[in-house]
Amino acid sequence: MADAQISPRNIPDRLEGRGARLLKSWESLLIVVAAAIFLGNSLASPYFLDPWNLSDATFNFTEKAVIAFAMALVIISGEIDLSVASIIALASTAMGYAVQLGFDTPALVAIGLGVGLICGIVNGLLITGLGLPSIVVTIGTMSLFRGLSFIVLGDQAFTGYPESFAWFGQGYVWWVFSFEFTLFVLLAVVYGVLLHKTNFGRAVYAIGNNQTAALFSGVRVARVKFTLFLLTGLMAGLASICLTSRLGSTRPSIALGWELEVVTMVVLGGVNILGGSGTIPGVVLAALIMGMVTFGFGLLNVPGIVMSIFIGLLLISVIALPILWQRARRRLAQ
Amino acid sequence: MMAKLLKNREILLVVAIAVLVALIALRFPAFVAPANLARVYNDTSILIILALGQMAVILTRCIDLSMAANLALCGMVAAMLNSAVPGLPVPLVIIAAMALGGVLGTINGTLVWKLNIPPIVVTLGTLTIYRGLIFLLTDGKWINAHEMSDAFKALPRLDVAGMPVLSWVSLAMIALMFMIMGRTPLGRAFYAVGGNPHAAVYTGIDVGRTRFFAYCLSGTLAGLSGYLWVSRYAVAYVDIAAGFELDIIAACVIGGISIAGGIGSVPGAVLGALFLGVIKNALPVINISPFAQMAISGTVIIIAVAVNARAERRKGRVILKKAEAV
Repeated sequence: MADAQISPRNIPDRLEGRGARLLKSWESLLIVVAAAIFLGNSLASPYFLDPWNLSDATFNFTEKAVIAFAMALVIISGEIDLSVASIIALASTAMGYAVQLGFDTPALVAIGLGVGLICGIVNGLLITGLGLPSIVVTIGTMSLFRGLSFIVLGDQAFTGYPESFAWFGQGYVWWVFSFEFTLFVLLAVVYGVLLHKTNFGRAVYAIGNNQTAALFSGVRVARVKFTLFLLTGLMAGLASICLTSRLGSTRPSIALGWELEVVTMVVLGGVNILGGSGTIPGVVLAALIMGMVTFGFGLLNVPGIVMSIFIGLLLISVIALPILWQRARRRLAQ
Repeated sequence: MMAKLLKNREILLVVAIAVLVALIALRFPAFVAPANLARVYNDTSILIILALGQMAVILTRCIDLSMAANLALCGMVAAMLNSAVPGLPVPLVIIAAMALGGVLGTINGTLVWKLNIPPIVVTLGTLTIYRGLIFLLTDGKWINAHEMSDAFKALPRLDVAGMPVLSWVSLAMIALMFMIMGRTPLGRAFYAVGGNPHAAVYTGIDVGRTRFFAYCLSGTLAGLSGYLWVSRYAVAYVDIAAGFELDIIAACVIGGISIAGGIGSVPGAVLGALFLGVIKNALPVINISPFAQMAISGTVIIIAVAVNARAERRKGRVILKKAEAV
C-alpha cells in the first residue's frame, strides 16, 4: 500500500562472494538469535535440554508454522491473507458438527481439509476472479468465516471428539517426535522445494517483484495466485485439525488473532511484506525463535495478552530495525 | 439524468437504506416511528464518528486497524481518570481521552511516515499493543458503573433539543469533517495523496506528512469515541469494542470509499455506517440471532468491495492501452 521510495538502482561492479553473502544474510542473523535463545534457555533451566521438554516446546509453533509456509508464498507474491485464523475456526466448527452427527476420524480429517480448501477457493476466486484487493477481501472473509462459526455455535462449544482423532494433536510418530513436529519438518521441505527449486516458485517471486512484467513473460499470474490462496486455505484446514485435536474442543473464538502471529512469523523470517523476496529456511528459523520465546514466557507465567504485546512489538521492530540500521549506516558513510 | 443519479453512490445508498427500512416496516411498523429512527441514529453515532476518521486514513491509501483498540485504551483511561478523581470536570476527561487517542494515532502515523512501514503491518502491530496495554494498566479488572461519577455517565444521554448529546456530537463531527475535507488544504491533500501520490509530490504535497495527519485525525476521533463508548455503556474492560475495527472498515467500504485511496466522501461514510446501524438494530426485531451480525458484516464488506471495484473500473477513458494486470 505505501509506495516504496523511488531511488536509482544501485548495481555494484562485482557481486560479493557466496560466503560473504551468506554471512550477511538475514537467515544467518536468525541462526545467531536462535542459538542465543537456545543457549540462554538451557543455562537458565537444567530441564530445558531434556528431549521431552524440547518436544513439548514445539507444540507452541507447529500449527502456526504450517500456515506460515503457505502465507510466506502469498506474501512473496505481493498479496496477504488475513482470514487464516477464521478458516481454522470454521473448519473446526464443521468437524465438531460432524462429530455430533456421528462421523469418525477419517471423515473428520476430510471435512477439516475440505472446509479449508473451500475457504481458500472462495478467497482465490474473489481475489483473482473478480480482481479485488486481497487485503479487503480477506478482512471480509475473516469476518464471514468466523461469523458462520458464531452462527452455528453461539456461546456453545463442541466436544466429544473420538479418541483416535486425538492423535493428530497429541500423538507421536516416533520417540519424542510428535505428529505435529513431523508434519512441520515435512512441509518445510515440501515448501522449500516448491519455492526454491520449481518453476512455480520462480513465478511467485516474479509476480511479487513485478506483476505486469511477469504477465508479459508468460506467467499465468491469476492461476498462480489462485493456487496460493487455495494452498493457504488447505494449510489452515490442516492446522485446524491439529489444533482441534490438541484442544479436544471447538469454540467460535478458537485461534483468535492467529493471523497476526502467522504474519509476524513470516515477516520475522525475512519475507518482504511488500512482496518479491524471502525464503523458507528463514520462516523455519523464525518459527523456532517464536516458539522458544513463547515457551520461555510460558515457563515464566507471563499472561497471553502480554505475550501478544511482545509479538506486536516484534512485528513492528523487525521491519523498523533494518530500515533504521540502513539509515544509520548511510549517515556514517557520508 | 436518471442514469447519472443511479451511478451516484450516495443516492444508491439512501435508496438501499430506505428499502431496508421499508421492508422491516412492512412487518414491524413501529420500527419506522420517528422516535425509533432517532434511536437507531443515536446507536450508530459512535460508528459514524469512527468511520469518518477511518475515511481520512483510507483516502490516503492507508488503513487503520488499530482504531477499536485505541478506542478501548482511551475509554479505559477516561474511566480510570474519572474513578480516581471523580471531581474532575467531564470536559477535561474528554480532552484527555482525545489527546491520548491523538498520541496513539501519532505513533501509527510516525511509523508510516518516517519509517515507511506498510500501514497494515503498523496498525496490526499497534492493535495488539494498545489492547495489551489496557491489560497492563488494569490487570484485567473491570471498571463498573458504580465507580464512575454521575456526570461522567450522564453526558451522552443528556437531552438537548429533543436529541441526546451523543447524537449531537456525531452531527458536529460530520459538520467538522465536511469543513476539513472540503474547505481546508489538508482535506484536499488527503484526496490528492490517495488519487495519485506522485502527482501529489509534484504539486508540493508531502505524502508522508499528509498520511501522518490522517492518522492523528483518526486517533483523536477514536479517543473521543472511547469516552463516548465507556460512558454510554457505563463499563470499561479489556475487550470493549473488540473486532469493531472490521465494522468501521465495513462502513467505509459500503460507503463507497475506495480502499485504493482517493475516492470517498463524508456522506458516503455516514450512510455506510447508517446502513450497518439499521441492520444491527433490525436483527433482534426480525428475530435473527445477534451472533449472525459478524457473518452479515463480512458478506456486506465483500459485496461492497466487488461493487466498488466495478464502479472504479468503468471510470475514465483509456488513453494509452496499458496491460491490465491479472
